Amino acid sequence: MTDTPAAIQVVDVVRTYTRPRTSLLRPAPVVRALRGVNLEVKEGERFGIVGESGCGKSTLLRIIAALDHATSGHVVVEGTDITRLPERRLRFLRENLQLVFQDPMSSLDPRMRVRDIIAEPLVVQGHPASGARVRELLEAVGLSADAGDRYPHQFSGGQRQRISIARALAPRPRILIADEPVSALDVSVRAQVLNLISDLVDELNLTLVFVSHDLSVVKHVCDRVAVMNAGQIVETGFTGDVYAAPQHPYTQRLVSAIPTLHRALAGATTTDLLAAKGEPG
Amino acid sequence: MSVVADVNVRTSDVLTVRGLTVTVRDKTLVSDVDLSVGPGERVGLIGESGSGKSLTALSVLGLLPEDVTASGSVRLTGVDHELIGADERRMSRVRGRRLAMVFQEPMTALNPTMRIGDQIAEAMLIHGTRPGRGAARAAAVELLERVQLPPDTLRAYPHQLSGGQRQRVVLALALANDPALLICDEPTTALDVTVQALVLDLIVKGVVARAAALLFITHDLAVVATVCERVLVMYGGRVVESGPVGEVFTRPRHRYTEGLLAASDLETTQRRLTTIPGNVPPAGQFPSGCVFRTRCRHATEVCATTPPWTGSETTGFACHHPAEAVDD
Ligand SMILES: Nc1ncnc2c1ncn2[C@@H]1O[C@H](COP(=O)(O)OP(=O)(O)O)[C@@H](O)[C@H]1O
Ligand code: SF4
Ligand SMILES: [Mg+2]
Repeated sequence: MTDTPAAIQVVDVVRTYTRPRTSLLRPAPVVRALRGVNLEVKEGERFGIVGESGCGKSTLLRIIAALDHATSGHVVVEGTDITRLPERRLRFLRENLQLVFQDPMSSLDPRMRVRDIIAEPLVVQGHPASGARVRELLEAVGLSADAGDRYPHQFSGGQRQRISIARALAPRPRILIADEPVSALDVSVRAQVLNLISDLVDELNLTLVFVSHDLSVVKHVCDRVAVMNAGQIVETGFTGDVYAAPQHPYTQRLVSAIPTLHRALAGATTTDLLAAKGEPG
Repeated sequence: MSVVADVNVRTSDVLTVRGLTVTVRDKTLVSDVDLSVGPGERVGLIGESGSGKSLTALSVLGLLPEDVTASGSVRLTGVDHELIGADERRMSRVRGRRLAMVFQEPMTALNPTMRIGDQIAEAMLIHGTRPGRGAARAAAVELLERVQLPPDTLRAYPHQLSGGQRQRVVLALALANDPALLICDEPTTALDVTVQALVLDLIVKGVVARAAALLFITHDLAVVATVCERVLVMYGGRVVESGPVGEVFTRPRHRYTEGLLAASDLETTQRRLTTIPGNVPPAGQFPSGCVFRTRCRHATEVCATTPPWTGSETTGFACHHPAEAVDD
């Protein structure tokens, strides 16, 4: 893997926000959302980022996608340092890196037909969006061609997530970033969408960055994982290893707290969820 | 679900639901649900969203929205009247006393303008379970300690607490009057996994300490398997299977249970997960006969008729072509 070029390099990234002052006597409080994050995602890799709410996952993604800027540190995507590039020089990133979010309803314009939603990224970039390309994308995500004529609210949650995946694939990106893409879905639909993402990543040779609070989902989808806690990455490794033998105390607590059918049927109780072990039995 | 001769006659159940049907205008949202919870028993109600779990719970609690109607029978131990159709005056004496609840969103149960300690004390004084304000306040201190919140939480307002801390306050409130039955509806779904672990453990310890019964509703199979002894599986407003956790989750009989288990298995070494085709239909659009037949790979013509219940109320299923019973 060491010879494979890096798709994404994150070097010492810090992001602080200044909250509005609450008192005239005290300085404005500073929130340190990212406290020196380092990671490297290789081309073609399926890389997971796992952590609990507020740990900085989404902030990190927004910085990688140049939707936000690091306070200090660098982000390099496909060899180009994007950290301080102006928007007009980010065109390569806007095409090559696409995002899918947790809640498709809030990221899909309810007044637009599905075919226009899917074609939008192409139009924005000045490419012609042919009907054939839209039909091809609908088919790729398992929706019928007539789905293009309808509006987002006429679809179920799982179908809406398919629509946002089709839109993300429209500019033929090389990197797909998915932020909690299945967290709002029912189990039977979650399996469908995970399979879809997995198939597309294989077929289109994509680099996948998959963010989730759920390590069991990340373990199924990703080769390697970074565990985040309080704005820092506390552990990185192959997902199987991190899951089976977590090294950092935070990862140990996290792994042990995940209820699994397997452990429950072997007699694990709620008290066992609280007992962090280095090597869960 | 009508059980003609139930071999396990359960005389001393804490909760007995019979033929519960919930409708809104012309739509049937919950159909003919039978459900019992024995003393000290922890029973899970699982299913994907829209399967009717919450409506079932709200029917028992008498908290259905105005345009929604429940029929059938709901009886609770120690309460000498039927809960279905009971007026609010009677229900408010039962709720918070013999029957308590924890919902997903803690703020629905908390008063934003009242200190935590006062809210817990008030809950006991309303039902007269403590002789006076002093005793109620002392009990509140102990209840907070039991849910591992520091004593200064007493003086805090809900907005000063995190989501997990609020849910622990709601649990303390729910347990304040030693209810016979605690109903939890997705109590940890909005919480982080490490916080969920603590709240689940506190729920289990709380009911065990009081020998209270628990009806635990969730879409998460692993959570229910960790918390409960027995489980009922709902789909399309019907109970399709029930039985001990160890049975249902290792030897499912109903094809929906079987599909749900396979789809949630993330431990598989195969890259592709097993799926259930299609989507959960919206309310009122489930097929007649077996509610699962539009998504079931085993469906035949006979599935257009409602499958009869096979087995006893506590262990059984409703499927024309069940998965093999595995002997061991
Ligand atoms: N007040 C209501 N009016 C109309 N439909 C409702 C109402 N409340 C719930 N429903 C519908 O009834 C079905 C069952 O709901 P619910 O009990 O909340 O399911 P669950 O808790 O299993 O997710 C859902 O499809 C829901 O949309
Ligand atoms: S009754 Fe028929 S359709 Fe329903 S689960 Fe069984 S086999 Fe499938
Ligand atoms: Mg519900």
